[in-house]
Amino acid sequence: MEPLAADIVACPDCDLLQRVPPLPDGGTARCPRCGRTLAHGRPGASDRMLALAVAALVVFLLANAEPLMRLSTAGQEVSTTVLGGAREMWRQGERTAALLVALFAVVAPFVYISAMLAVLLATRRPPAPRWVGVLLRWAEVSGLWSMVEVMMLGLLVALVKIARLASVAPRVGLFAVGALAFLLAAMSAGFDPREAWSRVRWADEGGGAGEALR
Amino acid sequence: MRGGAPTAARAGVVPCGTCGLLSRPAGAVGPWTCPRCGDRIASRRERPFQDAWAYIVAAAICYLPANTLPVMTTRTIKYEEPSTIIGGVVYFYESGSWFLALIILVASVIIPLGKLASLAYLLATTQRRSTAYNRERARLYRLLKVIGRWSMLDVFVVAFVVALIQFQPFMSVVPGTGVLFFAAVVILTIFAADSFDPRLIWDAD
Repeated sequence: MEPLAADIVACPDCDLLQRVPPLPDGGTARCPRCGRTLAHGRPGASDRMLALAVAALVVFLLANAEPLMRLSTAGQEVSTTVLGGAREMWRQGERTAALLVALFAVVAPFVYISAMLAVLLATRRPPAPRWVGVLLRWAEVSGLWSMVEVMMLGLLVALVKIARLASVAPRVGLFAVGALAFLLAAMSAGFDPREAWSRVRWADEGGGAGEALR
Repeated sequence: MRGGAPTAARAGVVPCGTCGLLSRPAGAVGPWTCPRCGDRIASRRERPFQDAWAYIVAAAICYLPANTLPVMTTRTIKYEEPSTIIGGVVYFYESGSWFLALIILVASVIIPLGKLASLAYLLATTQRRSTAYNRERARLYRLLKVIGRWSMLDVFVVAFVVALIQFQPFMSVVPGTGVLFFAAVVILTIFAADSFDPRLIWDAD
């Protein structure tokens, strides 16, 4: 059995061993067997990602601090924030659903943005310390459960639904949620966790866990 | 193909699911850990079919109350009107917003049902070690992982309508238990897709 070279990867979706060539800017490498995207070519992505993450943090704070919309009818005025939706559900007895809304709309995006910021800053000068690996795992899990873009569409549907009953005025928070959805999408599309892992200090420097192919 | 495609499993190396590193495990039997990131590694997921089937069955069971129980109830001085998810679709359609009706129908009915059916199809064909439509099945799996989250749409709609329509005593909206079951369906199908190992599609190749 001939040894495997360092630039050989196994496709995560079909296990095919293959060599990923150096990619031009904007180029994409796909697995020839199953079609899964394996790598993107984008030099200088790290600075771009950092800019996106900082912007996302600012917009996240804005989206959660500012009211999303205000409506008035029969002399009463009501406005809500992102957490206000969850709080009202909690108050009305649907506590589990309220916690899930808070988790998907606020907690997961916040963990994702914070973990990504820390990872991007810490991997600028490799080898990054071991805790970066923990944060990379956090970013992966929280990214899966962060649903800002779904919440954005839900907000718009709710807006139309309510517009029949009262006059609705969108507020700063609504635009911030829209911007956040785009920033998060750009972050998850542009980030390469495999590349980040290659900058993290190894867990097993003695080689007792097995032999890495380098 | 004689001998099969050159995969990591056939070459005796194990890719790490977390960091992607290929390594040759130290001992003949697992469990092994990745030398780079320290996570547990295995050539294939353990119990991929049992876990995924369990999540699918649980999601299918929750789908029933999710659609029959009200997701919210509108209270006014004169009446109290519970509405289900399908009721919301009908409401938008009848009031002329066919586009919104379509969005909710796709997110709340077509995506969860399609996801359950597609996952069941993927599991069944993979368990039979079918080699037909491998590329298409691989593409279907990737699609399922992306679209599943959109089913949460109605849960968010309910949350914001409930937060805003609080004009006691004239009109208020309270959430219903349907929301909880609906969220459960979405979460369970995400877990189901996550516990399946797409590499098994190709192992019979």
